Amino acid sequence: MPEQELFNLSAHEASDLLKQRKVSSVELTKKLLERIKKTEPKVKAYVTVTEDVALAQAAEADKRIAGGNAGPLTGVPMLIKDNISTKGVRTTCSARMLENFMPVYDATVTKKLADAGAVLLGKGNMDEFAMGSSTENSAFFPTHNPWDLSRVPGGSSGGPAAAMAASECLFALGSDTGGSIRQPASLCGIVGLKPTYGRVSRFGLVAFASSLDQIGPMTRDVTDNALVMNAIAGYDAADSTSVNLPVPDYTKALRADVKGMRIGVPKEYFVKGMDDGVSDVIERAIAKFTEQGAIVDRNVSLPSTSLALAVYYIIAPSEASANLARYDGVKYGFSAHDTATMWEAMEKTRQFGFGPEVKRRIMLGAYALSAGYYDAYYLKAQKIRTIISQEFAEAFKKYDVLLSPTSPTTAFKLGEKTADPVQMYLSDVCTLPVNIAGIPGISIPAGFYDGLPVGLQLMAKPFDEETLFRAAYTYEQANGWHKLRANLG
Amino acid sequence: MKLSKEEVTHIASLCRVGMTDADIEKYSNQLSNILEQFEVLKSVNTDNVQPTAHSIPLNNVWREDVARPSLREDEVLANAPDKEEGFIKVKQVLED
Repeated sequence: MPEQELFNLSAHEASDLLKQRKVSSVELTKKLLERIKKTEPKVKAYVTVTEDVALAQAAEADKRIAGGNAGPLTGVPMLIKDNISTKGVRTTCSARMLENFMPVYDATVTKKLADAGAVLLGKGNMDEFAMGSSTENSAFFPTHNPWDLSRVPGGSSGGPAAAMAASECLFALGSDTGGSIRQPASLCGIVGLKPTYGRVSRFGLVAFASSLDQIGPMTRDVTDNALVMNAIAGYDAADSTSVNLPVPDYTKALRADVKGMRIGVPKEYFVKGMDDGVSDVIERAIAKFTEQGAIVDRNVSLPSTSLALAVYYIIAPSEASANLARYDGVKYGFSAHDTATMWEAMEKTRQFGFGPEVKRRIMLGAYALSAGYYDAYYLKAQKIRTIISQEFAEAFKKYDVLLSPTSPTTAFKLGEKTADPVQMYLSDVCTLPVNIAGIPGISIPAGFYDGLPVGLQLMAKPFDEETLFRAAYTYEQANGWHKLRANLG
Repeated sequence: MKLSKEEVTHIASLCRVGMTDADIEKYSNQLSNILEQFEVLKSVNTDNVQPTAHSIPLNNVWREDVARPSLREDEVLANAPDKEEGFIKVKQVLED
């Protein structure tokens, strides 16, 4: 047993100890639950801690390990973002509207991870209905960044990212509609993957913007990310937008070798207002890739990148305004009863059940779809979506991977951007295009600036997560940023 | 593009979201600021461009129409705020 605390392990390190019977899943799970009790008052990453479920699943996992029937995630404690359904475990989307919502079925990913023997520690805080970039839009409480508690963890998967950085779980699942896995991964110094649209089933993911949403792993290192993808990827008849393609063994892509790999660095991703510290870190990462034998081309242009923000903030709210129409206070969720009429009940339900950002986006979407504005906004945005996708497709004829910063800044202070929605939206300017085009993108730790983590984003053509993993793994092995932990005492 | 209070009130009613006067004032300003960000799209020539609704080329996903298990009644009603004898209870819909 190494000197390292159990809660600081990566999932694959913990898995090795479990298989060698050096620790049991129950012991490991108890360590994590202790850690949660100790650090949660400062971090506040969990909406719900499922101690009883965790200990029962850990005991089951121990039986499976003893029976020689264990997979790589068997007995490993994890956190799931609170917009992914967990049967019998409250799933709130960090929204008043769903504060007491108890799912009657599991999301496909929840079921797959349970089948793999993973242990559910609880549900992660987020921006309400995944709308936000700082987790400050949670209707319950904000989450704090373990690297500096006065700062945000990013969002919307801020709970999962902060729990990872605080060693309160060994891996996590997030969801990413415009950067909600990658941006918090960047701000918290972990690895976060948004898979290709259609690669992972969305069945049981509470819908925000259905043509952009995707579930993905948030992990300590690239190896863990590949292991979780092995468990969750694949076709699902329950999600008609999941794609029926064979799932490779992603761990086979974990080779420290980028010799001859063609990496393009699109200049539009180095936006005005980017921290100098962030671009310095990215420059050093680019030099590192060159050193490792990759062929890096700095002269790459994706001219429509600057349009992605506007396209996203038309398409995502439009889809959200339709998806969130279901919250009427009738079938489930918060309900305002003390009203005279049905329509008044519905209006009050939505007035008090939704927070300000959710209402803002529902109204924005309804406006963009409304008579007289549909062509100018929604249809126009869909056409430019085509142009953005075509520019990526052209680029991937010449490059295996595109490289950029994940976010223009490091973690910002709580309250710093809440007054101006547009400032908050700009935090996702480097991640939005990836969802618009449906391609995969990964954020990996690339260093620090003023003591705060900086993430590097790698993008690839659809269904080429393997190339992302290979590039990310090579960089990780040559650097070791993923081994650093926030000091929470 | 400045959204008037009347327009915000209209959109809020389309969305069935109750609003106070202060809300309407706030959203009128904020939504106008956001709409200003969209102006950049107007200058883009999209004359011969097809719209994309989904990033992957999937159309008309079919399945056989066969009976299969569904949720039980108590599961369907488990989260309903108001129910009676296996029904969800709502306020009167049709007016007298």
